[in-house]
Amino acid sequence: MKKIVGIVSTVLSACLWAFAPTAGAVQVFTTAPEWAALVREIGGEDVIVSVATTGLQDPHRIQAKPSLITAARSADLVVANGAELEVAWLPLVIRASGNAQIQPGRPGYFEAAAYVRLIEAPVLLDRSQGDVHPLGNPHIHGDPRNMLSVGRALAARLAQIDPKNAAAYSDRYKRFTGTMRASIAVWERDAAPLRGVPILVQHKVFSYLESWLGIEEVGALEAIPGVEPSGAHLADILARQAGNPARMVIYPAYQDDTPSRWVAERAKIPVVLLPSTLGGTPDASNLYKYYESMVRRLLDGLKSGGGARNGNSQAHD
Amino acid sequence: MRNMTVAAFAAAVSIPASLVFSSPAQAAGDDEIARIREQLQEMKTAYEARIASLEERLGRAEKRSGKQAENRPNEARSARAPGREMPGEAAPVRTPARADAGFAAAPPVYASAAPRQASPSAFNPEMSLILSGSYARMSKDPEQRRLQGFMPSGGERLPETRSFNLGETELALSANIDPFFRGEFRMAVAPDNTIGVEEANIQTLGLGHGFNVKAGRFLSGVGYLNEHHPHAWDFSDAPLPYQAFFGNALGMDGVQARWLAPTDLFLEFGVEAARSRSFPTTDETRGKNGGLSGSAFARLGGDAGVSNSWRAGLSYFAARPRDRVYEDPLNATSSAFSGRSRTWIADFIWKWAPNGNARYRNLKIQGEYFSRPEKGDLTYDPDGAALVGDYKNRASGFYAQTVYQFLPRWRAGYRYDELRAGGASIGLVKSGALTIDDLPLLKSYRPKRHTVMLDFSPTEFSRVRVQFARDRTRPEAVDNQLWIQYIMSMGAHGAHKF
Repeated sequence: MKKIVGIVSTVLSACLWAFAPTAGAVQVFTTAPEWAALVREIGGEDVIVSVATTGLQDPHRIQAKPSLITAARSADLVVANGAELEVAWLPLVIRASGNAQIQPGRPGYFEAAAYVRLIEAPVLLDRSQGDVHPLGNPHIHGDPRNMLSVGRALAARLAQIDPKNAAAYSDRYKRFTGTMRASIAVWERDAAPLRGVPILVQHKVFSYLESWLGIEEVGALEAIPGVEPSGAHLADILARQAGNPARMVIYPAYQDDTPSRWVAERAKIPVVLLPSTLGGTPDASNLYKYYESMVRRLLDGLKSGGGARNGNSQAHD
Repeated sequence: MRNMTVAAFAAAVSIPASLVFSSPAQAAGDDEIARIREQLQEMKTAYEARIASLEERLGRAEKRSGKQAENRPNEARSARAPGREMPGEAAPVRTPARADAGFAAAPPVYASAAPRQASPSAFNPEMSLILSGSYARMSKDPEQRRLQGFMPSGGERLPETRSFNLGETELALSANIDPFFRGEFRMAVAPDNTIGVEEANIQTLGLGHGFNVKAGRFLSGVGYLNEHHPHAWDFSDAPLPYQAFFGNALGMDGVQARWLAPTDLFLEFGVEAARSRSFPTTDETRGKNGGLSGSAFARLGGDAGVSNSWRAGLSYFAARPRDRVYEDPLNATSSAFSGRSRTWIADFIWKWAPNGNARYRNLKIQGEYFSRPEKGDLTYDPDGAALVGDYKNRASGFYAQTVYQFLPRWRAGYRYDELRAGGASIGLVKSGALTIDDLPLLKSYRPKRHTVMLDFSPTEFSRVRVQFARDRTRPEAVDNQLWIQYIMSMGAHGAHKF
């Protein structure tokens, strides 16, 4: 028994002297591919990025698995989405990591959602409304302009953590904004036909994209966020097609397309698979291609659904 | 705005004043009217000055809060009181049809200094409450249940009786205390209205270098399932080894230190020094300085591709029970054990989900093996004959289970458990002072059980389960047990432990 007490005191004293500074590139633990991509844009070769999830995973359902704890252990900076998207697992990972630098409140903890305006904050904060996010819809990366504001804060944070490369972060951020602004202008021009187009979504993961492009969401197949759609609700959605007919149904890559197909077949509108983040679909391989792919997929959906819609509206006219 | 206030104020004052003037006495002279005018003027000036100063203070406050919002965007979760963001504020960005075409690349509106209510309740801890209840149908009387060959741990007695039962109601509070510590409190209210402190501990946040220290009351880190509370179990009851070796779970009052190695593979070590609160020891009443019970554990884990992750561990728990008295349910005679008790646990868990996306389908395979050597003295009938002889035994047991989520909200599971009582060497029986019939509970046996379950979780916060077990924990009976159970949680979002 004395031995165990001895070990405990050794462990306690060990943490008092073990303050070896970490050298080399900044190790960044990111929770999602879009933030990993943004960190790479701004950090370049001065950062080593690890990413906790892929574009095919439901970001709500991640577990604090051992590999994540190990990755967080050696991180100098955690870049999280925030707005409680990772509330079920990230706090656990950060605590289990035993890494003092990345605890919330320290410079090593960064939440992207803190730098953008959140939309769809629930009016009624009650679990009868499903798995609602109290602060608002957390899927902020759908709007590329959010990448600019988050990128600016991220460049400042990287400079704070790694002051000797501050100029490099600032330069890369400037270059990034230049390219991104130009790209956004192109995407907005291309996406002009989508303005005001009514659509249905399976899960409310694309709200920021819709808000950016001026797409009108007329219904969600998941009546309550996080709860699988019920047959009655889908029938209700179909009935509403008579009034303001949606032109397509969109769903994220990590979800099963059954409810979307069910509605689309009956409403005779196309189903559009969108990458909810990078890697969600093969064409969304980097930050620019991600937005490009979403715009193109939506335009394709609009085009392929054009005939059907005309048919529909004629029938109703 | 200021003028309006002043005008309103002046009007309010002038009404009673005019009432005074129109009083029948008409006693007020011109100088008196002048005096009242003067007073009014004075009051007006005073109010104007006060309003100006208030406006200036308001301006300063606005400037300050704006600056704060710029410097410290609301990152800390605790600082963001739910419902702080008003629906009205969200509206401008939400407006879908923005008519102007030339808004290229303008960053969207920054999170402005949203009005934040300074309320002490913003620092309330995360709170959650677990409700559970069940209906049980058992072919044998649960009061008679025992694990043949094993000294009673308290875990063999199922918490349920037949028919309707309220489960444990668990209240949990947790929050960061300051930048260095986090506190957690869990209280369980049993259906018989007794309250138990399940966990009440503090843990460090800022030690760094992979170290974490926890102190207070906690569930020991040994094994895999031990740290999981009953509401997080995949079956309605604990596996047989946990029932036999720890009386369901090993609880401690003490200190735990863990260290995570800086390796690519997950490698964690932990030690605990504590007053154990569970079988196989009787620390709760011991008045001795220094260590009472202790444990050590090591865990290894990682991913195999994007779809698989796993963890394996080895744990050791050492205790010195003193006068651990039990009453033999078969002949109602007491016996007591004193000596050394050591428990070894090997645990393993494997989780699979296609592409790591557990939403639709996932599979979990887990198993743990226990081995407990005990060596010491056995006192027969301590209050009567008080015969003492040596005692040595090695009991073991394992369980293996798998749970498969085959549809988004549905899971099915199967579990097999088996215990081996071992061939105890009992001095009193060897010397002929007693026969094994005097210690009927210690006759060697291999309790076994098969369990199947099906559960449905409408959301992450609710679960309904049906479980059937064929329980053969004693030679003379096969107990068929049926459970229908609900487990629901409200409040803070539950943690997704691995």
